[in-house]
Parts: sequence; C-alpha cells; structure tokens
Amino acid sequence: MLDGLFDARRWEITLSSMGPFWDGFFFTLQVTVAGLAISLVLGTVLGIFSTTRSRVLRAVSRVYVEFFQNTPLPVQVFFYYMAGPRVLQAILGAPSPVRISSFAIGAVGVGLYHAAYISEVIRTGIESVPRGQMEAALSQGFSRPQAYAYIILPQTFKVILPPLCNQALNLVKNTSVLALIAGGDLMYNADNFVSTYGYLQGYIMACVLYFIICFPLALLVQWLERRSKRRPRAKSIPGITPAPETAKEA
Amino acid sequence: MEIFTPANVSFIMAGFLKTIEISFLAIIFSVILGTVLALVKQYCTGKLSIFKWIVSAYIELFRCTPNLLWILFIYFTVKGSDIFISVLAFTIFTSAVMAEIIRGGLNSIPKSQFEAAKSQGFGFFSSMRLIILPQTFKTIIPALFSQCTTVIKDSSYLAGINVVEFMFSAKVVMGYTSDLSQVLLLYGFVFLLYFALNFGISLVVRAYQRRVVAA
Repeated sequence: MLDGLFDARRWEITLSSMGPFWDGFFFTLQVTVAGLAISLVLGTVLGIFSTTRSRVLRAVSRVYVEFFQNTPLPVQVFFYYMAGPRVLQAILGAPSPVRISSFAIGAVGVGLYHAAYISEVIRTGIESVPRGQMEAALSQGFSRPQAYAYIILPQTFKVILPPLCNQALNLVKNTSVLALIAGGDLMYNADNFVSTYGYLQGYIMACVLYFIICFPLALLVQWLERRSKRRPRAKSIPGITPAPETAKEA
Repeated sequence: MEIFTPANVSFIMAGFLKTIEISFLAIIFSVILGTVLALVKQYCTGKLSIFKWIVSAYIELFRCTPNLLWILFIYFTVKGSDIFISVLAFTIFTSAVMAEIIRGGLNSIPKSQFEAAKSQGFGFFSSMRLIILPQTFKTIIPALFSQCTTVIKDSSYLAGINVVEFMFSAKVVMGYTSDLSQVLLLYGFVFLLYFALNFGISLVVRAYQRRVVAA
C-alpha cells in the first residue's frame, strides 16, 4: 500500500524533479486569479440582478444559479473541452475547430461555476442590509446604481467577506479539475510524475503545495468569521467623538 | 436520435445508478465518521486534548487540499473494487467537511440542554445519543443535504480513475459519434439528469426549511 513512503532515494528523486510541480503550482495560481476575477464580476452582477425589481433580471439570475449549482463542475469542464471548440467553430464560421487553451478552459470553468455561488453570497449580503437604507438613499437624491455603489454594497462586506473567502478556497481546490482534461495544473503535473516514476511522493508534494495556497485562506476565513461576529463600534476620533464610555454590553 | 439506442441508454443509466450508489454510501459513512470527529474535536479536552489536535489537523488537511488529489491517492495506494475505492476516497474527504457542519450544529445547542441532561443523570454518551445529537441533526439538515449534492456532483471526478459512473459512461458513448448535434444532445441529457437529482434534493430541503420555519 504505502511501500516506499520512507525510502530516502525516492524522496531524493522527487525533490530533485520539483520543476514541473512549481510550474503547475504557478499555473494553478494564475488560473485561480483569473477564475476569481471572472466569478467576482459575474457573481456581483448576478447577485445584484437577483435583488432588483425587474422580474426578467431576477429570472436570469435564478436560472443561472440553479443550473451551475446543480450540475457538476467536471461535466461542465468536459463540455467546454470536448464540445467547446466545435461550437465556437460553428458560431465563428472558422474552417477548423477553434482550439481553446487549458488556461482559458480552467479560468472560464471555475469562473462560471463559482459565479453562481458568489451571486448567492452577494444576494444574502444585500438582503441583510435593511430596506430602509435603500429608501433613505433614494430620498437623499441618490440614483439606484449610486445607492448600490455608495450605500448598500459597502455595508454588505462584513457579511459577505467570510463566505467569499471560502469560495476562493474552494475555487483553488476546484482548479484541479483541469487534471482530468487539458492539464498543465499542479494536480496534472503531480499525477504525471506519479505515473512516470510510480512514487507516491508526487501526491504528497502536491498535497503540500495545495496546502500552502489554501491554509492561509482557511485561516483568513476563520479570522473574518470571528471578526464579523463582533459588534460594530464607532471609530473614536479625538475631539470629535465623545470620550468612550465603559463597556455597557447587554 | 441515433445515439440513444436501447443499449447505450441502459449503459448510461447503469452509470447513473452507480453514481447514486457511491454517493449514498459515501454520505452515510461520512456522516458517521464526521459525527465521531466532531465529538472528538468538541469534547476531548484536558488529558485527551491530543485527540482534539489530531482531529483538527485531519480536518484542516482535507479542507485545504482538492478532492481529486485524494481520489488519485487512494486509487494508487489501495487495492479493491471501484465502489470500495470510490466510497473510501469520498468518506475520508467528506467526513472532514461533515465534522465541521456537525460541530456548527453542536455549537448552536443551548448550554442548558447539556446541564439539564446532566442533572437528570444522563452520562456523556447517553445524553449525546438521546438529547444533544437528535437536536443537532435537526438544525443542520439544510447544510447536510447541500453537502450531499456536493458529493453527488464531485462523484463525477471519479471518471478520472475510470470508475464507470455516470460521466464516464456518457463519455464512452460519446466516443462512438463525431456528430456535433449528437454530442450536444448527450451532454444535454447528462446535465439534465444531474440537475434533476440535485435540484430535487434542494427542493426537498427548501420544503423542510419552510415547514420548520412555519412550525
């Protein structure tokens, strides 16, 4: 089962061929950043859609979220990989199937998938802000977009930051789906190493490298969760705010 | 429609059943193991706190590494049938997530429940079994079932180790056609079945939540 786990020679060979692991590590990081950017932008737009008064926009957001949350990421990514080039060919009228890079498939795949989850996070965040805030903003002459940008969204950060970072954590892990298809990421290169040498050490190194990315994120989530449970306090500005009273917590 | 021959359809549906079978077993085992882990992390203090640290490390390790890594790892190190390997890989991974969900539930039970149980002469295990855990599971049902959908979805990663589950069997059938419309049709079918299963589960959970909120 775990034979060769403590074999010094195997460790030596593994550690001396870390090149592909680091390539995969940085590729995974790039896909993560691009995927996160896509999912944040799209997720925020869809999250706002789902809280507007327009029925059409709400329906668009609902259908998107239900579809992407209820179908597996690997199936979506297989679809982009296998059908994508020929669908693009049909749309663009290209003479041959349009090649899509592994990076693009990964970023779009995890980006679209996590946009659905982020949209739900944003929606709960917006719904947690009392309705009166929007009414007050409108009565003060803000337009609706302005009210969202200056009044509503800034107040949602406290609620949404912990689940948002949790999504970032899951997104990093889900980039490993690339190993099933076009590859180039950390999981793929590690799996390649293991099937070339037959050494378990490859998976252990992948485990360590994923842990290096994800553990700080997990700590961040825990810290944000603790922070969001604390009661808000007004900033004290000497000379302007009254002197802080002694704690009077109920 | 020439790809949906009776033979192909029954092959794909066998894969679908395997997906359900693996997910079901994995969920049952990970709830059991997750409960044990949650209890250890929550209540092993003092002299036993070494166990608490081991469990915390276990949970963090699996929370911070991808599912696919453990599927490949188990596939490489353990010999056994597809189902055994799949269920094992999913159980070690999902039980860490389940443990955190269950711990969240345990934290939401008022302290007075523990004190009341103790004052009535219940020991640790009987108060857990009869008083605390039933209440815990009631509160965490939404999170528990959303984790079930995650397991069903993630089981398609098993296509990577050639387990003939739903995604894999659909891919095999796809290998017999190069016609784009047939491929799209087949993907539509795969998406539809996964969607129906997961969406059905989430509808049940929503109905349950409404009933609990109403009650």
